[in-house]
Amino acid sequence: MTFTLILEQTFNGLQAGVTLFLVAAGLTLILGIMDFVFLAHGSQVMIGAYAAAAITQASGNFYLGVLLAIPVTFASGYLLEFLIIRHLYRRDHMEQVLATFGLILFFNEAIRVSFGPAALFSDLPHSLSGFVEILPATPYPAYRLGVIIVGLLCAVGIHLLVSRTRIGAMVRAGANNPEMTAALGINIKTLFRLIFATGACLAGVAGMMLGPLTAVQSGMGEPLLILSLVVIIIGGIGSVRGAFVAAIIVGLVDTLGRVFLPSILRLFVEQATADGAGPALASMLVYILMAVVLIFRPTGLFPAKG
Amino acid sequence: MKKFMTICAISAAMSAGTAFAESVKIGYMTTLSGGAGIIGKQMQNAVNLAMEHKGGKLGGMDAEVIFADDQRKPDVAKQLANRLMKSDRVDVVAGVIWSNLLMAIHKPVTRNGTLLISSNAGPSPIAGSQCNKNFVSMSWQNDQTPEGMGKHMQDAGIKSVYLMAPNYQAGKDMLAGFKRYYKGTIKGEVYTKLGQSDFQAELSALRAAGADATMIFQPGGMGINFVKQWKQAGMDSVSKLYTVFSVDGVSLPALKDAAIGILGTQTWSPDLDNAINKKFVADYKAKFGGYPSFYAAQAYDTILAIDHAIAKSGSKDTGKMRAVLAAGNIPTTRGNLKMNTNQFPIQNIYLREAVKDADGVVTTKVTGTVFTDHADSYAKQCKF
Repeated sequence: MTFTLILEQTFNGLQAGVTLFLVAAGLTLILGIMDFVFLAHGSQVMIGAYAAAAITQASGNFYLGVLLAIPVTFASGYLLEFLIIRHLYRRDHMEQVLATFGLILFFNEAIRVSFGPAALFSDLPHSLSGFVEILPATPYPAYRLGVIIVGLLCAVGIHLLVSRTRIGAMVRAGANNPEMTAALGINIKTLFRLIFATGACLAGVAGMMLGPLTAVQSGMGEPLLILSLVVIIIGGIGSVRGAFVAAIIVGLVDTLGRVFLPSILRLFVEQATADGAGPALASMLVYILMAVVLIFRPTGLFPAKG
Repeated sequence: MKKFMTICAISAAMSAGTAFAESVKIGYMTTLSGGAGIIGKQMQNAVNLAMEHKGGKLGGMDAEVIFADDQRKPDVAKQLANRLMKSDRVDVVAGVIWSNLLMAIHKPVTRNGTLLISSNAGPSPIAGSQCNKNFVSMSWQNDQTPEGMGKHMQDAGIKSVYLMAPNYQAGKDMLAGFKRYYKGTIKGEVYTKLGQSDFQAELSALRAAGADATMIFQPGGMGINFVKQWKQAGMDSVSKLYTVFSVDGVSLPALKDAAIGILGTQTWSPDLDNAINKKFVADYKAKFGGYPSFYAAQAYDTILAIDHAIAKSGSKDTGKMRAVLAAGNIPTTRGNLKMNTNQFPIQNIYLREAVKDADGVVTTKVTGTVFTDHADSYAKQCKF
């Protein structure tokens, strides 16, 4: 367990964390500000990945694929809100869960019908397939470094948008007291629709960046959805800052735990037991973390509502 | 009037024909929805192709195949098996990709006296202590393929290896099978999460461990993810990658050039040189576009086996059909298949390499035979 290995794993954790943040940022606003339980957020990841992979394949240019996929995901979020979601705001949470769970099934099947059940081919752009030396003799994949940078830029962008702009002020006001915000003459419906579409777009960006790394296939977003719900609960529902901090924590805990926990366990128990219990315990780690946070800070690390 | 009489005579002959001919019903269970739906789709294609090749008749009997989607869930599989037996009254239940699903339906089907034929899963209990004479495998026992990989790597004189498989029963079986024949140093044995999509952390640890070779079992989408990330992390310069059930007709279209040169073991390959296989692969490619996977080949073989069993016994009786199959010499895409005492095939294990074919499509090619007529290790525990 050398220093370079720990450094490399920290970068891996960071990369997982920022990807998670992009998914969780939109979801925390939808849950916290719009008070809407939206389970189909993973489908937005999938839509982003498919849009980017399909356009990349057709045009032969990865950057063009991503550039054109961004408006596609924004539009899909906007349309989804307009066609379906806005009719569900007044329903209770259980009905929202059922309806948006149905949307997951719908999107997965729609993708299967239009793209086939096989995973779509998508690969790294040639210009990003090299390595960057983060320390002498410690090469790190350039693309993953790029993912970290894009994720951090998005985080800064969202932070500035929420804390420095007029729309951000409305969003914050909406989070604190939606009725009062509406009473002050702010069009809360349009605001919600924009938040929803922006959230879908951010999740789509996560999907686009994951595309070259993982299998682009129907249902690819669901594992991310579960982790991003954990992130939201740890960070505090409705808080973008909380989502960022929690996403980085979850990314690091999950990655470092997965790699180092089995070898740490080996110091205390025999090899066979450690090999069996290590991976099982590592996969529980983020949920244990969530439980601990809930015990001491029931509203999360950065509660949005006072 | 004469014309009318002719019509009467023809229709009488036809109805007599249907009254006397027996027909056989097959319930084919596979996963058609969810992330693994592509595997089931390929199997369904292959079954339909086999039925087409046989002109809709198996062993001379009119045959009907009823497909059932198990959704990769053991409880659903159990319900479906009951429905197929009780309400559809099928004569054979076949298919099943996953070991845990096969375990769930094995007892109910075999006890009912219905013939159960696996097109893929081959868990060790069914090959050994819990074997049943109404079960026949047209695929392999889980351990056979990684045993071949272990033997190949042992023979190649590879000094150290790093192992990686998902943390579930089949993952553990695969690595156990590998270790039965590989006696070099094992630098690490890592169990990843089932369904894991990002392996970068494991790859970093692997790089630090520095083993000469790496052997993985990551089926389906996990294989696509792993191989992609392996290439992207430049791992080829660190270690040599060997695989079982990870680089195949299901993952290759998504991997393309990234897979070239990767070695794996398998009981089948699209380029196996026999008449049945050549016809199967050529017609499958023509009809569905793209190479069939081993899943598809085994599904095709399953229908051929039923055809063979009925033709030889002249009956769709479970006992008679299984007696024919138990005798072996079943014509398949893997040549004439021999059968062990536990009704699992005794077959060759080939070394396959991912290569580009003449049209530039990535496929696998046999580069050697690791085992000739390899039997599984559990048959001696099986007493009918």
